[in-house]
Amino acid sequence: MARQRTTGLPAWVFVPALLGVVVVVLPLAGIVSRVDWGQFWPLVTSESSRQALLLSLRTSSVSTALCLLLGVPMAVVLARSQGRWLGVLRSLVLLPLVLPPVVGGLALLYTFGRRGLVGESLEAWGVDIAYTTIAVVLAQTFVSLPFLVVSLEGALRTAGRRYEVVASTLGASPTTVLRRITVPMVLPGLLSGAVLAFARALGEFGATVTFAGSKEGVTRTLPTEIYLQRVEDPDAAVALALVLVVVAIVVIGVARPGRGSL
Amino acid sequence: MTLSFDVVVRERDVEVAFEVADGETVALLGPNGAGKSTVLAVTAGLLRPDAGRVLLGDRVLTSVGDGATVDVAPHRRGVALLAQDPLLFPHLTARENVAFGPRSLGAPRREARRTAERWLAEVGVDDLADRRPAQLSGGQAQRVAVARALAADPRLLLLDEPMAALDVAVAPALRQVLRRVLADRTAVVVTHDVLDALLLADRVVVLEAGRVVEAGPSSDVLTHPRSGFAARLAGLNLVRGRWDDDAVRSAGLAVRGQSVGPTPAAGEEAVATFRPQAVAVFREPPAGSPRNAFAVTVTDLEPVGDVVRVRGRADGTDGDVELRADVTPQSVAELDLVPGLAVTFSVKATEVSVYGL
Repeated sequence: MARQRTTGLPAWVFVPALLGVVVVVLPLAGIVSRVDWGQFWPLVTSESSRQALLLSLRTSSVSTALCLLLGVPMAVVLARSQGRWLGVLRSLVLLPLVLPPVVGGLALLYTFGRRGLVGESLEAWGVDIAYTTIAVVLAQTFVSLPFLVVSLEGALRTAGRRYEVVASTLGASPTTVLRRITVPMVLPGLLSGAVLAFARALGEFGATVTFAGSKEGVTRTLPTEIYLQRVEDPDAAVALALVLVVVAIVVIGVARPGRGSL
Repeated sequence: MTLSFDVVVRERDVEVAFEVADGETVALLGPNGAGKSTVLAVTAGLLRPDAGRVLLGDRVLTSVGDGATVDVAPHRRGVALLAQDPLLFPHLTARENVAFGPRSLGAPRREARRTAERWLAEVGVDDLADRRPAQLSGGQAQRVAVARALAADPRLLLLDEPMAALDVAVAPALRQVLRRVLADRTAVVVTHDVLDALLLADRVVVLEAGRVVEAGPSSDVLTHPRSGFAARLAGLNLVRGRWDDDAVRSAGLAVRGQSVGPTPAAGEEAVATFRPQAVAVFREPPAGSPRNAFAVTVTDLEPVGDVVRVRGRADGTDGDVELRADVTPQSVAELDLVPGLAVTFSVKATEVSVYGL
């Protein structure tokens, strides 16, 4: 049978490439091999697991909604405005993408914590955020927001302004243009951005533990539960980890690279 | 609605003033970079000029440098823009695209839908209402774009080379559509094409290097161009007359050709165009030939590149029809062409395009 020849690739390139694949895939095989399939269902449905899973789903959903609420306007502003400070602003906004999560958690703690920058005045009003479910949501939003913004800003830049210009000459107000043209046209980018943000929120650990702690049913999310269980009950940790692996695979299926910009 | 435009944009070295009377269509002609797009952008409210005023009727759309600055937002101007690309919203059907304007202006859903269907029918694509833009051909999409622009009920329509992106095969049909819908509308058409200027516009404004260099009724500018650009454009031979007995007839001339678009009705005004390269020059009238043959007195010979352009006055037309032929220097020598010589210009009917006006 005729086959297209891959030209221009030296044969040795396949060796490190394959090695790279092994580095990524082998650990997955490792964790799957450790799953106690007989106990899998009871383990992932135990009271503490169920609580952690539900808390994770709830908080991740809320933080994804927050990401959409704040991230869509941010992406639109970044993609459609001009100005010297915009580059600086963009770098600042995208910082959580590269910041170690534990540093993000500390930053949140010293801002919204009891003695924090804003926390002190909040406490005077009787509002206490640190070590509550709100803190979990805040930490997740902090780390996932850049994913949505980057993904959506790329989609907006690719879509360009020409359709928006046409829409406005047809009599559409800026709000109508945003609602009926801009957002619908970048819907795939928006969706993949939202899915990525949800996945990042679901997996969030460092910032959450630092800023929100791990109180069962209140701030103990799935990743925290896995981290705590890995010593006491490795089988439960592995089973829950597998749940997160499956979620991750589903997310990659939905938000494949090439559809959005990430 | 009268458009009055008088604007300076320094960054692009544009200083242009012109007017468009109510119901009139003006063609903006000019080479690339002459400022045509700048004029459209300022009129549509997409670019604020350094100085000047744009008035539509008695409403000030833009006023800079003279008292308080006025710059009405694009969506409040009642100025619709039809670009070279249809730019149909890809996520909406053809009908929803056309209904977009009426909806944005506050029409209820059902009324907007009816308006959309009426305009789709007007441009001849009502059978495509449920299609998405990706399922339309270039010509169909541009028709939908025309319908969309008109459905917004603009007081002024701007067309930016509306036929440039189309196949030569479908351009004539769209030109007919535009002729019909522009007939009593205030509009500005930017174009590179003499025919568009002639067939769509009442008047022509020629821009060069950001200045108006010539303006006047289309057929005057195109048959007697004064500016370099119009002269180069209007290198085309152009005979305007009445369609009768299968030919465009003008005093003493009968030009046979192939009609582009619907054949004109007998007695209707029509124009015949043909390229100077398609014209052959003879000392004696060719006998028994199916070609068009015109008795011409040579007025002028001018080298153009590697050919010689022979200009001549068609005999028996009071000298107001000038015809041009491009011939080789050898032919000029062999025929011994000199100004004042009586010759015959001949062109095949298949080389002549006829348009109803």
